[in-house]
Amino acid sequence: MVAAQEAPAKLVGQPLKRREDPRLITGAGNFLDDVKLTGLCHAAVVRSPYAHARIVGIDAEAARRMPGVVAVFTGEDLAEVNPLPCAWQAGNVQNNVNTPRLLALGEVHQVGDPVAVVVAESAYLATDAAAAVEVSYEELPVVVDARKATEPGAPQLHDNAPNNVVMNWTCGKEAAEVDAALAAAPVRVNQRVVNQRLIPTAMEPRGSIGRYDEGTGEYTLWATSQAPHVHRLLTAAFVLGVPEQKIRVIAPNVGGGFGSKIFLYFDMPLVLWLSKQTGRPVKFFEDRSENYLHTTHGRDHITDIEVGAEPDGRITALKVKTWANLGAYLSTIAPGIPTTLYGRMVAGCYKIPNIHVDVTGVYTNTAMVDAYRGAGRPEAAFVIERVCDLVAAETGLDPAEVRRRNFIQPEDFPYDSGIGMLPYDSGNYELALDRAMENVGYAALRQEQAARRANGSRKLLGVGLSSYVEVCGVAPSKWIGLAGEGWGAGLWESANVRVHLTGKTVVTTGSLPHGQGHETTFAQLVADELGVPYDDIQIEHSDTQGTPFGFGSYGSRSLTVGGTAIYKSVAKVREKAKELAAHLLEAAPEDIVFENGKAFVRGTPDASKTIQDLALAAHVAYDLPPGMEPTLEATTFYDPPNCTFPFGTHVCVVEVDRDTGEIDLLRYVAVDDVGNVINPLIVDGQVHGGIAQGLAQALYEGAVYDDSGELITGTMNDYAIPRARMVPTYELDRTVTPSPVNPMGAKGAGEAGTIASTPAVANAVIDALAHLGVRHLDMPLTPEKLWRAMAPKTG
Amino acid sequence: MATAVPMATRIPVRISVNGTEYAAEVEPRLLLVHFLRDNLGLTGTHVGCDTSQCGACVVYLDGKSVKSCTVLTVQADGGEVQTIEGLAKDGVYDPVQQGFWEMHGLQCGYCTPGMIMSAHSLLQRTPNPSEEEIRHALEGNLCRCTGYQNIVKAIQYAANQMSGAGVSGNGSGAGTHNPQDVGDWKGELAGEST
Ligand code: FES
Ligand code: FES
Repeated sequence: MVAAQEAPAKLVGQPLKRREDPRLITGAGNFLDDVKLTGLCHAAVVRSPYAHARIVGIDAEAARRMPGVVAVFTGEDLAEVNPLPCAWQAGNVQNNVNTPRLLALGEVHQVGDPVAVVVAESAYLATDAAAAVEVSYEELPVVVDARKATEPGAPQLHDNAPNNVVMNWTCGKEAAEVDAALAAAPVRVNQRVVNQRLIPTAMEPRGSIGRYDEGTGEYTLWATSQAPHVHRLLTAAFVLGVPEQKIRVIAPNVGGGFGSKIFLYFDMPLVLWLSKQTGRPVKFFEDRSENYLHTTHGRDHITDIEVGAEPDGRITALKVKTWANLGAYLSTIAPGIPTTLYGRMVAGCYKIPNIHVDVTGVYTNTAMVDAYRGAGRPEAAFVIERVCDLVAAETGLDPAEVRRRNFIQPEDFPYDSGIGMLPYDSGNYELALDRAMENVGYAALRQEQAARRANGSRKLLGVGLSSYVEVCGVAPSKWIGLAGEGWGAGLWESANVRVHLTGKTVVTTGSLPHGQGHETTFAQLVADELGVPYDDIQIEHSDTQGTPFGFGSYGSRSLTVGGTAIYKSVAKVREKAKELAAHLLEAAPEDIVFENGKAFVRGTPDASKTIQDLALAAHVAYDLPPGMEPTLEATTFYDPPNCTFPFGTHVCVVEVDRDTGEIDLLRYVAVDDVGNVINPLIVDGQVHGGIAQGLAQALYEGAVYDDSGELITGTMNDYAIPRARMVPTYELDRTVTPSPVNPMGAKGAGEAGTIASTPAVANAVIDALAHLGVRHLDMPLTPEKLWRAMAPKTG
Repeated sequence: MATAVPMATRIPVRISVNGTEYAAEVEPRLLLVHFLRDNLGLTGTHVGCDTSQCGACVVYLDGKSVKSCTVLTVQADGGEVQTIEGLAKDGVYDPVQQGFWEMHGLQCGYCTPGMIMSAHSLLQRTPNPSEEEIRHALEGNLCRCTGYQNIVKAIQYAANQMSGAGVSGNGSGAGTHNPQDVGDWKGELAGEST
């Protein structure tokens, strides 16, 4: 499947099966809803059935008298509590910020807005009572489409956001300069593309449990969280006004997130507040319908593209205007996604001298939109990869040739794309393209396609390419601070590595998993670097009590940023161990070699001190060098100098039935370059899942609202999460271009598949119809849509 | 649910779960999945949806795999339930569990108990399924993490183990079912029967 390119240096590079799995395959995992607490109450939320309305009155008396009800609260009861913060606003421009309150006060702006909460002895009783809360509304006009929302006369959601505009943001050259380049270009293409709204759908919905301890004044929050330290910070300092040290946040096993569990949601501070009010621990666990209605969505861009190119396929100018639908309010980092992570990545793998990007963030009466797997980069990749195919169609060149003629070359790195992104770290884009074309048998496929077209076959063959680059390991705090990117804080990570007296080693990290196998990967890394047996290493995470601060797991940053913090801590531990060994072996520290967990004087490996010997000596501390502190541990706060930029090429081959529009996925070939790989089994798994999510956007998924703001795709019956039969076999391969940014040479692997696959599949399907004059179709590419596109051509 | 709360109607049930007999009085509306999770504390069975789509809740009821979110506890009265917690025996994983581990058939693990139960049920009916049959049998189980490829491989691994010389999911101690149980398992798919 994957070419064995990873040097089998000890455990790093080995496909170890995961140490997390035994508990998960036996039902012994501990997810949020599994947490057992004495006296636990259950919260049920009363939600607005209207997308936009004034709350006229709430009558909760009947609910309060129902069996098992502990308390009922409405927005009025929480009037003194701050709304949620927006921690990442678009840089250097005005942001008209409106964030949700824990319970709506006065007005609701989307179906599912929480207006009241019932706390009861059981989830069943809480739900019963919530249904008995009478809320009267006065309906207000509704808008769900981002472009329509900015037009004159559109319904207005928030007083401080005229025309529902969150912000207007640009990057790249001035519009006039790019217009001039467009005007001078011999080849011109204009196209509107829609990147439809998606629902992340982690299989575990979201939830939280709050417990207030009256004795100590301390709160504990269990939450389905990708970022417990940040959730503590925001809850404490921005919402509840509780001292940060009085809140502890624990993320138990998290059942997938894909971005949707990064953000601070209403229920997190609410359950803490409810626990204090009721004197009982309180759990909120959304059901799937609530998850679809009210947990954040992703994507939802409308984009007008203007491209200028030379007849030889070189792209000379690109102008992009995007309306980004951000929903009813701003989620935690919503404005940052369509700006820094989208606008600054639209150049993709290509040298394009003139680029102008204009993004308007818009409020509508829909669920909030924020980061969803790839977050901005899939939208950017979709734009530029559609552009390559549009230019190919216009010039008559092969899509592979257009890509090749525009690629950034290996000698160009570090490469500045000129639109405000940090320099791309390293890459060899053509190599990945060549490998993918070879693996799929590209030339033969094109011949087959030509033959089928010539003989009028009813089975249309389509081949789609997607050469992508993405930005990962987002962190450099200096960049974030200086460039006016609007982030609330730097994004460094931290780790402590501690070798106990017994030689057992504990790593505490601010990074945390929600399915990615951090415990395995990090332990492989430490085992190699420290020479401690793999089974002696424990990775501790996901609890603000006992782990150093971390900004969380998202953006494929756990290994490149969090892992580097571990790597550097191990190096510090090794240095201390060497110093101690020098003392015990009566040698100079510079003469000590540390290899495979043993320290010895160069040339005399037989007289060595093992890391376990040294840990014992460091702890009993009978005989330490002058000035050395006892114990053997180190902490690192790591702020990388740059982001990392994984890349690759995916190829999809489809067959479209000319008569029914049905699509068969014949082949899916991926060549990814995520830099050096620690655990190929885990990396392949990440790519598999990513491809499935991305191809589902191309073919199946789409969140749909009607004009009244009702979510039509509100359950798994209506929203097409792919099933096993709906996805192909993935044929994976890798090239390895180490990142110079971190000592492991890793680039990050969590999002690559999702970013690459959507355009690969969409390009393949559109390519199948190209000879019928079809240049573009909006996703999801359903058989009906294809059938309609082909219909005018049928006899 | 919480036994402290007085309820109008409660119905006595006796249900065997993973070989242990339980007697309880439950509300007629109590779903089997909540009985397992809340009354018995068997939280390996998960809830991922409210429309019987996801399959995170699949368990065996009287030898047939069912979505326990779509079965009332009172319907299981007198029945035998087996959950993910009952699959491994004496610390030995069932071949399906082993397959998921070996082949990286799980990431977050939330879908996994239901996946394993559905896969187990498939292999009882069809010991050597084709890839197509495996993908078809998982129609009622959603996974958002893995893209399914390694789940398919996990099930193929288990099928090989179970049919391979000396390694059996039923008779070797790796499984918890006796052959008589297996003989009855020729029913419909989990997802389709509920
Ligand atoms: S919980 Fe989703 S099918 Fe039962
Ligand atoms: S492993 Fe996460 S949903 Fe299947």
